[in-house]
Amino acid sequence: MCQVGEDYGEPAPREPPSAPRPSREQKCVKCREAQPVVVIRAGDAFCRGCFKAFYIHKFRAMLGKNRLIFPGEKVLLAWSGGPSSSSMVWQVLEGLSQDSAKRLRFVPGVIFVDGTCALRLAPGRIPFRKGKRQISHSSSRKHGPAERGLEGFPGGRWPHTLLGSTGAACGRSPEERAKTLAEVKPILQAIGFPWHVVALEEVFSLSPSVLRCSSQEPAAPEEAYKAAVDSFLRQQHVLGAGGGPGPAHGEEQLPQPRNRQSLLRPPAAAQTEALSHLFCSVRTLTAKEELLQTLRAHLILHVARAHGYSKVMTGDSCTRLAIKLMTNLALGRGAFLAWDTGFSDERHGDVVVVRPMREHTLKEVAFYNRLFSVPSVFTPAVNTKAPEKASIHRLMEAFILRLQTQFPSTVSTVYRTSEKLVKAPRDGPATGDHSPRCLLCMCALDIDAADSATAFGVQTSSHPSQIQLTPQGPCCFPGGPRAQGCCQGASRREDPQACIVEQLCYGCRVNMKDLPSLEPLPQYILAEAQLRTQRAWVLAELRDCLIEDSDDEVGQS
Amino acid sequence: MAAPLSVEVEFGGGAELLFDGVKKHQVTLPGQEEPWDIRNLLVWITKNLLKERPELFIQGDSVRPGILVLINDADWELLGELDYQLQDQDSVLFISTLHGG
Repeated sequence: MCQVGEDYGEPAPREPPSAPRPSREQKCVKCREAQPVVVIRAGDAFCRGCFKAFYIHKFRAMLGKNRLIFPGEKVLLAWSGGPSSSSMVWQVLEGLSQDSAKRLRFVPGVIFVDGTCALRLAPGRIPFRKGKRQISHSSSRKHGPAERGLEGFPGGRWPHTLLGSTGAACGRSPEERAKTLAEVKPILQAIGFPWHVVALEEVFSLSPSVLRCSSQEPAAPEEAYKAAVDSFLRQQHVLGAGGGPGPAHGEEQLPQPRNRQSLLRPPAAAQTEALSHLFCSVRTLTAKEELLQTLRAHLILHVARAHGYSKVMTGDSCTRLAIKLMTNLALGRGAFLAWDTGFSDERHGDVVVVRPMREHTLKEVAFYNRLFSVPSVFTPAVNTKAPEKASIHRLMEAFILRLQTQFPSTVSTVYRTSEKLVKAPRDGPATGDHSPRCLLCMCALDIDAADSATAFGVQTSSHPSQIQLTPQGPCCFPGGPRAQGCCQGASRREDPQACIVEQLCYGCRVNMKDLPSLEPLPQYILAEAQLRTQRAWVLAELRDCLIEDSDDEVGQS
Repeated sequence: MAAPLSVEVEFGGGAELLFDGVKKHQVTLPGQEEPWDIRNLLVWITKNLLKERPELFIQGDSVRPGILVLINDADWELLGELDYQLQDQDSVLFISTLHGG
C-alpha cells in the first residue's frame, strides 16, 4: 500500500542494454551453422540458404493462406520491370517448375505497360509556376523547383525544356522506348510465359466498358477450393506425369505471334501526342502519379478481360504498401484503404487484383534479387530524381523510410494495421453491388450528392451554384432536354466538367482539380461520364413519376 | 598511415542515375593517415564520383534511408555499417530500393 512520504530507496532500474548488433561472427539464427549474409527485421541474421527458403516460403504461404487462386486459373502478372514485380515473376517461374506436389498450379501471363511517353515534356508546354519557392543556389537553377514535376532521364541528362528554353525532348521518346523494349524483350522471352507489351498510349483506344464493374461472383466456400484442388490433381494423374499446368495451357501459345507484332509497331503519333498533352496539363506531380496509376490500372484490366485472365498479380511490397496506405490517407482515399492495400481487391468484379508480395520488405526483395540474380529493368518514372517535397507520394516515402531507420518496426506496424482493415460497403451489404461507383478508381462513391450544405460538399464542388440548384441527381448534359431548374446560368463549356467531377470519389475529385481542363482525358472516360449522367437524369425523372403514383414509396433520393 | 586501396564500387536499382549511368567503378583510394572506412568512402564518393543531387544519395553521415549497402555481397549491418574498415579488393554495392516496384 502506498504511504505518504514513502522513500523509493532502490535505484531506478537501469536501461536494459540495447540489443546487441548482429555481427559476422554470429551464426545464422535459423540453421546456426552458416555465416549470415543479410539482416532481416530487427536483428535476425540469415545465411544465404535460409534466406532463400524464408523468402520463398513467405510467397507460397501468402498464396496458400488466402486460397483465392484456383488450380488452372489464368493469372496475369503485372510486371513493371522494377525489383518487386521482377521478383514476383521469378517466384512464379520457379514455383511452376517445381516437383508436382508443391508446384504452383495456375496459368500465368505477363503484362508490361510501357509508359515512356508519359515522361517526356512537350517543348514549350511546361506549367511553370513561379512562386515563393524559388531556391537560389546553383543546383536548383539547373533542376528547377519541385512543383513542375521533374522527370529524370537515364544518363543524368536534364532536358533543357524545364527552364523554358527550346529543347529537343520531342524526338527522344522513340529512342527511349526502343531502349526500354530492347531490355524488356529478352527477359520476357527468358521467362517463357505468354506476354503482352502494351504502350500507355493505348488508353486512347479503350472502350467505356472498361469502367463498368462486372457482377461479382459470390466468394467460393472453403470446400470448393479443396474440391477444385483435388479434382485438378486427379486430372493431372490421368493425363500422366509431366503434364502441363492445365488443359488451357496449350492455347496460350497461340496469341504469341500477335503480341510480337504489336510490339514491333509503335503507337500512333497522335496518341503519343495526346498522352503527352494530357500529362503536361497536369499541374502537380501528385496528380500526375495518381493519373498514371489509374490509366495503367484500366489498361491492365482491359488486357486481362480481353484475354480471359481472372486474376491480376501486382508486385506491391510491404514497404510500398505501408507508404501507399499513408499516402492514400493524405490523398483523401481513406475510405478505400482496405481495397488499395489489402491482399485482394475485388472492385472490378470479374478480375481480382492480388498482391502476393505484400509481406516482403524492399530490403528483402533487393537482397534476393542480388543474391540470386533476378533480372530486372530500370525504367525512369515520373518521379525519378524528384526532390523530397515534389509530391505527396515522395514526401510520405521519405517520412516512412526515415522513421524506419530509427524505429525498425515502423513498416511492419503500418502493414499489420492495414491487415486489420475490413471491407464494408457504405450502407450495408444490400447496396454493395449496385451502389454508384467512382468513374476513375471504381470504388463505391463516398460522397453524398444531396449533402451539399455541409462544408464537405462545398469544398468538393467547384461550381457551388450548380450543385445547390439540383440537390439530387446530375446537373445536366449537353444536347439533352433541360432538367428541371438546372444550370441555367452556367456556361456550356463547364457543364461536362462538373458532370464528370460529380461521378468521382473525393480522392479523385481532389486529383482532378489539378487538371485545368478535363478535355485531354481519354475519350472512354468522357463517354462513360456522359452515359452515366444521362442514365442518372433519366432515373431521376422516372423516380419522380413513381413517387407521384405510389403511396408506399418512402421519399428516397 | 593507410596504404592506397583498390575497391570496386557498384551502384544499382537506379542509384546509377546519379553517377552518369555508370554502374561499376573501379576506384583507387589514395593513402591517408586514417584507415579507410565506409564513412570516409562515402565522403570520397560524394566528392569524386557523384555527379548531381547529393541529397538523393547521402543524408548527413550516412546513406539516404532506402539505399542498401552490401560489402562483398553481405549486409553492411553485419559488418559494422559505417565503421567497417575497407580492405583491398573489397566490393561495395549501393542498391537504391526507392525506385520502381
